[in-house]
Amino acid sequence: MAGIDIEGLATVYPNGVRAVDGLDLHVADGEFFALLGPSGCGKTTLLRTIAGLETATEGTVRIDAADVTRVEPGKRGVAMVFQDYALFPHMSVSENITYPLKVRRVAAATRADVASRTAGELSLDGLLERKPGQLSGGQQQRVALARAIASEGKVLLLDEPLSNLDARLRLEARTFLKKLQRDLGITTVFVTHDQAEALALADRIAVMESGKLRQLGSPREVFARPANTFVANFIGSTPMNLLPGKVLGDGTVSVAGGSLPAATSSTPTDAEVTVGIRPEYLTLSTGDVNGPALRGEVVVAENLGTQSLVTVDCAGTLIGVTVPEETEPAPGAPVALTAPASRVLLYIQDTGELLAAEQASVV
Amino acid sequence: MTSASAPPVPAEPVPGRGSGRRSGGGRGPARDVAGLGVGRALGFVAPAMLLIGAFLIFPALWTIYIGVTNYRLTGVEAVSPSIVGLSNYTKALNDALFHNALWLTLLFVLGSAIIGQNVLGFTLAWVMRRTRPAVRRTVEAFVLLAWILPSTVVAYLWVAFYDRDGGTLNSLLGTPGTAWLIDYPMACLVVFNTWRGTAFSMMLYSSALQAVPPSQLESARMVGASGWQTLRDVVFPHIRGHVLTNTLLISLWTANDFSPFLLTKGGPNHESETVPVYIYNVALQGGELGYSSAISFLLLIANLLVSLVYLRLLRRRS
Amino acid sequence: MTTSFVLRRIGFYVLICAITLFFAVPMLWIASAPFDASPGLGVHWPDWTLENVRKTLDHPYAMHSMVNSLLICVTTAVAVTAFAALASYALSRVRIPGRDALLYGLLLLSSVVTGTAAMVPIFVMMFQLGLIDSRFGVALVMTGGLLPAAIFILKDFVDAVPKSYEESARVFGASTGQILRDVVLPVARPGLATIMVWAFVNSWGNFLVPFLLIRSIDKQPGAVLMQTLTDEGGSVNLQVLPVFSLLFSIPVVVLYLLVNSRYGFRFHGGIKS
Repeated sequence: MAGIDIEGLATVYPNGVRAVDGLDLHVADGEFFALLGPSGCGKTTLLRTIAGLETATEGTVRIDAADVTRVEPGKRGVAMVFQDYALFPHMSVSENITYPLKVRRVAAATRADVASRTAGELSLDGLLERKPGQLSGGQQQRVALARAIASEGKVLLLDEPLSNLDARLRLEARTFLKKLQRDLGITTVFVTHDQAEALALADRIAVMESGKLRQLGSPREVFARPANTFVANFIGSTPMNLLPGKVLGDGTVSVAGGSLPAATSSTPTDAEVTVGIRPEYLTLSTGDVNGPALRGEVVVAENLGTQSLVTVDCAGTLIGVTVPEETEPAPGAPVALTAPASRVLLYIQDTGELLAAEQASVV
Repeated sequence: MTSASAPPVPAEPVPGRGSGRRSGGGRGPARDVAGLGVGRALGFVAPAMLLIGAFLIFPALWTIYIGVTNYRLTGVEAVSPSIVGLSNYTKALNDALFHNALWLTLLFVLGSAIIGQNVLGFTLAWVMRRTRPAVRRTVEAFVLLAWILPSTVVAYLWVAFYDRDGGTLNSLLGTPGTAWLIDYPMACLVVFNTWRGTAFSMMLYSSALQAVPPSQLESARMVGASGWQTLRDVVFPHIRGHVLTNTLLISLWTANDFSPFLLTKGGPNHESETVPVYIYNVALQGGELGYSSAISFLLLIANLLVSLVYLRLLRRRS
Repeated sequence: MTTSFVLRRIGFYVLICAITLFFAVPMLWIASAPFDASPGLGVHWPDWTLENVRKTLDHPYAMHSMVNSLLICVTTAVAVTAFAALASYALSRVRIPGRDALLYGLLLLSSVVTGTAAMVPIFVMMFQLGLIDSRFGVALVMTGGLLPAAIFILKDFVDAVPKSYEESARVFGASTGQILRDVVLPVARPGLATIMVWAFVNSWGNFLVPFLLIRSIDKQPGAVLMQTLTDEGGSVNLQVLPVFSLLFSIPVVVLYLLVNSRYGFRFHGGIKS
């Protein structure tokens, strides 16, 4: 098993587009690592560069401390599962799984052993003689994984592993994938555009935009303390409230006609900032509250299952707050919103970067 | 070269689908995914290019050269031909038989391609849009069969059909003793070629019509438009481009079609000697290779012009 | 059911009938004459017999010309498929300098340089190469003529094969040869089969090239022999020609049906649908 080191990596296309723009990144041995971002951000290019299917224009890639930047894909010791699984349609499941071994001219008997063993580990028993076209989506995915495992690579690369599955299957496959990676202990890098998936699966996440790394951290860090407004917007099933505000001298910020507590010690008073607070971290009260709060009226409530997303109009600004399903207020009801200071984030207005050294978490 | 009736021309993009779609997304340059490398790739392409160069490009270019000589099949000029400059071309300008061939080819293209195949093909496509599948399949089968059968077989079928003494046409029309191929050679050829080539236009217009949004046709119906009005106002705007490109393509094929030779050999007395037949007669009957090369070159130029327009129209459409 | 509706329906069916008859009647001869004891050029109910078939099989050149056709067309089909496959794969997967110009040129070539336009230089060239009266020469010329379109059709086909197959094999360490053999070839088989059939069919019916290049009657393929028999005339030929026409047509029709059932009218004449 091995770690991956990427230094100063850049991939520039002939038309001048910098798909990957000066990236530094370290994946620890045995880590489940996610490359997350919107389409076109360079995450797939980065993955393919690690695989060797694309050549970097600048920088180095190291796998297990060896420099593989100019090494052929087949000789890097990586195993890859493609988005469409790339199962060879004319080969049986067994032949597909053992193809990496066939390439290395491993004996047929050994190959058959590996096929049955891997198939057993991935609940594919009885399917060994079928062709990929006769398998369900979930089964195809497991065959692709089996093939990657059978190739005994040092590193496992997954390109949008769950996007080809339908919604219900995706959740089951997610759990399956996480457990599999932990049991195998293999260093895994996967690419996804689904933030919920990245949060659920990864040990650490690299959020990318336009070829650059915008934040690197654990799911908890990335969710609770996004390093900039881009990450703040991208992460989270309900969008974070990002509102213009002004720092007041008493450890609060004025925003949306009211105020919220925040860690303002290192920021000058009267500084204009963007205030970020997640709907999940706001508390809605119908009664009276003491201390800094936002006051307004309920506009609309959306049922999200066990919670409701309530939109509150505070002095002309719409703010989202989640409440447990039983306490959903009526439209028009006057309410007050409070939050703990640790959850209120302050961002520089023009750059969108998180304010204050003790709040930054770009590793 | 290809069969006289169906020179393979690569795809005209069918409406509603992009032609030549790229798999793998527009992520950047095409990638050499199997690690072939430019060197070996060139090696892969070489054999095909060699054959194409030898039997397609070289002859086309050589036509230019032979066309300025007085090369002949026999005699002194066969062994040592000399360059005669543009005299072959000036000869063509004044050659009554060549003008005759041009005129006949024009008639042939106009009658059997521009009008015949187009109208019949479109009519079939339009009328059979909502026919019972059994009926449509039967009709299409016959139309397609006319296209599929080898050219010599088809030619003979029509020679038999037109025959003066035993031919079916005379039996049907009750006009025994009419030598159609002798008395009305061009008319016979036009009918023949319409019969032969309609299948292509029919299939093309069939696809084109399918791409007309049904909702527009239904809107026209709701406001009470007649069949003709629907055709004119809803259908034609959508298929206008296809009419043009189809016409260009089948005209090109028809102008180059050698089948008239199989039916009439250009006779009687040059009355059905279209340009392809004329080239053959001048070259191999008359033995004037230089002169016929000049005419061939003129045909190449005409083909080139039509093809360029055709490709430009295709590109613009996709 | 208004009268205009009924009239229109009648008119519609009359039209369909008329057109169908227009197409079917000239073909009827090929169904009746081969088995007619007194075959004429007209279509009439045959005096059923298999005598004509026997005469055709005994004819010195008839069946032999079918063999010639087979030789020429199989050679052409195999050559076209092999060379076009190599070229189209390289053109599809590798960025060769000048690729787009090349593809455009091929497209142009296939419609500009027709048999008619090139007949004179081809004749002269083959004459000077000493390849007149050679079936191999005929195959060469036809291969050259069919290649541009074949490359185009196959390239579109290869473009549609997901690159992830080859990339996957490459990441697992397969060499280029292994990738081509284990992954590309099996997946491309249907496309290759189609092109082979297409090339065969297009060369089977080709009259001009063998007519131009072949002199001796025992080397003539079926297309040319038919014309020779027609020119000769005579009562024997009137018995042989119908049967021969039928036999000569069968391979083409069968192959078309095969390809049509799998891929529709797709590759013939170049419409992709």
